[in-house]
Amino acid sequence: MSEEQIKNLEKQFDERILRDEKIEPKDWMPEKYRQTHIRQMSQHAHSEVVGMLPEGNWITRAPSLRRKVALLAKIQDEAGHGLYLYSACETLGVSRNELYDQLHSGKAKYSSIFNYPTITWADMGAIGWLVDGAAIINQVPLCNTSYGPYARAMIRVCKEESFHQRQGYEIMMKLANGTPEQKEMAQDALNRWWWPSLMMLGPTDDKSVHTAQSMKWKLKRKTNDDLRQQFIDQTVPQAELIGLTIPDSDLKWNEESNSYDFGEIDWDEFWQVVKGHGPMNKERMKARVDAWEEGEWVRDAAMAYAEKKQERKQKQAV
Amino acid sequence: MQQWLMPKRNKKENKNKQFKKIKVMSKKNWPLWEIFVRSKNGLEHRHFGSLHAADAEMALENARDVYTRRNEGVSIWVVESKHITASNPEHNGELFEPAQDKVYRHPTFYDLPDEVKHM
Repeated sequence: MSEEQIKNLEKQFDERILRDEKIEPKDWMPEKYRQTHIRQMSQHAHSEVVGMLPEGNWITRAPSLRRKVALLAKIQDEAGHGLYLYSACETLGVSRNELYDQLHSGKAKYSSIFNYPTITWADMGAIGWLVDGAAIINQVPLCNTSYGPYARAMIRVCKEESFHQRQGYEIMMKLANGTPEQKEMAQDALNRWWWPSLMMLGPTDDKSVHTAQSMKWKLKRKTNDDLRQQFIDQTVPQAELIGLTIPDSDLKWNEESNSYDFGEIDWDEFWQVVKGHGPMNKERMKARVDAWEEGEWVRDAAMAYAEKKQERKQKQAV
Repeated sequence: MQQWLMPKRNKKENKNKQFKKIKVMSKKNWPLWEIFVRSKNGLEHRHFGSLHAADAEMALENARDVYTRRNEGVSIWVVESKHITASNPEHNGELFEPAQDKVYRHPTFYDLPDEVKHM
């Protein structure tokens, strides 16, 4: 194709998105659109998969059967969400194995929040309430994104995600209304997860390199700062309701802007964790790679068995 | 058919050796399947998504776990993705445009007196 033809196609493509038309896998698309989508969707999928690890830590130690079945169901959902997103990614012509390779080799990123440890049961509450809460804020606008398979996956994810946040908040509420030690445990978890949850919504707008292009493609409908503000405004009253304190001395209601002013985020910490120096980066990757490698013989055995059955069937047919 | 022993997972040195051996053989990935679910009797099966599985039976089992955890379905179809033939969007013009100028295929094309109701 000549350069002019490509320019022409790109123009038509941009107009389609502007008209709110969806782009489907076999449609023509700019290479950059394809690459950006593979990157964002796979990061998203990797985050779901790695996100199972910090919670898996607590399945065997859940304080009651009720909590245990809920946590198991939540983690199973996350495996499912990873799968929806990997499948959506595969429609762009990249294989599942390539995507796994990118994760396991460290080439692809996942949400940096999962590089923090889960040291008490209250962390299960804080993750559901704050981490899933921030994720929902990020994901709801994506139900409307321009790439059809991504939008469809996100609709399913969002439908399932709201139970995650509610079960987390319920855990926090129970602890906050419990013994002084339990309340302290809940407060401690909030103290540790609050700031990483704010960072989860991404760098500030002036530092975010992909925002402009992503807004155009509806891969993003609101900027990081807008999403963060929305998260804070929605979460602060929820903390007050259960008698917990947000660990930010600068947090203050602003009548004029009709929202909360908040303190400085430690972006150094964020970049450290993104670059692999968080408290759990190495452990998370090791657990993931071990699971993949140790499961290899199972996958191979299943394939061999399927082939054997197929052969037997063919022989019988003759 | 290839034959191998299951890796002995409690012996460390042994384990590494076994995995190396298996890795060489394992270049075959599970194929991709498209999943269709009927949400309730009376409705058609609708495309829900896709997944990888070794065979049709496993695709069904996985589809049940992935796509019907909350009573989303009463029946599942699985089709290996490679068996689906899809139209090419580049041919959308010749495929679908001819239908646009055939207004006489729609009931509103025909002029009837107002007195005729419900037709």
